[in-house]
Amino acid sequence: MKPSSFHIASYCRIIDNNIVKNDEVLFTEKTGDLSSFLKKAYKHMEIRYPKFFKMDTLSKLAFIAAETLLKDSVEKNTALVFSNKSSSLDTDRKHSASITDSVHPYASPAIFVYTLPNICLGEISIRHSLYSENSFFIFDEFNPRLLTDYCDSLLSTGKTEKILCGWVDVDKQEYDAFLYLIARTGVYPYTTDELTRLYRKT
Amino acid sequence: MSELKQELKEKIIEQLNLEDISVDEIANDDPLFGQGLGLDSIDALELIVMLDKDYGIKLADPKEGRKIFESINTMAAYITANRTT
Repeated sequence: MKPSSFHIASYCRIIDNNIVKNDEVLFTEKTGDLSSFLKKAYKHMEIRYPKFFKMDTLSKLAFIAAETLLKDSVEKNTALVFSNKSSSLDTDRKHSASITDSVHPYASPAIFVYTLPNICLGEISIRHSLYSENSFFIFDEFNPRLLTDYCDSLLSTGKTEKILCGWVDVDKQEYDAFLYLIARTGVYPYTTDELTRLYRKT
Repeated sequence: MSELKQELKEKIIEQLNLEDISVDEIANDDPLFGQGLGLDSIDALELIVMLDKDYGIKLADPKEGRKIFESINTMAAYITANRTT
């Protein structure tokens, strides 16, 4: 099927302590840091998945954004194509601090396993039993054109029929998530202009 | 020994991020892995680090952990017999 016949079925934006899905604010929490915000969002969404608490902040953010779009139904062949600017830097810093600690210089296995950005794709795949294509790109900023080129290639070669795509970035207390689900049907046109509009809008 | 068991429960909850579990919910003979607390292989590595860091016990063979980490009872017994700090 030609990529032009696909749509954006839904999108999720998480920024400034708000979770927005398809123009509707689902959750707002004005106080507390990012960790506290994500934990409250998890409880608000009534998710039961204890492994969430073991994840690093990037995976938690990606998990909540993905959960917002996939929790009602998910096709097993949904590809994941994510991107960000900071890679896993936030967790890399914690790993660096743990191995250079002056009193107990130990590498924490639980921190070390998150020192790659694409681990968040694995967490989402495990949660939703996805055995699909996945890729994680590092860009200076959200780049709908490059993501669309890559997704078009997956769609036109029949590798997948749905793609959860977008931007998930965390660096200290700065964060920004914008995920969208590309599918055969949807309310938004699947174009780079529309993606730019949706990203800038929220 | 009961103090150590309490301490281990608190450390496990804190270090393994078991947010939904309280100390009271962990029985001394509960299996820590599998159907018990549901810990995984990364948790096992964290426990090995914890033995070294907090009790001065270095496990030469990680496979030893299987018996040591069966429950709070087995952990406490092993630490009591082998701790250097």
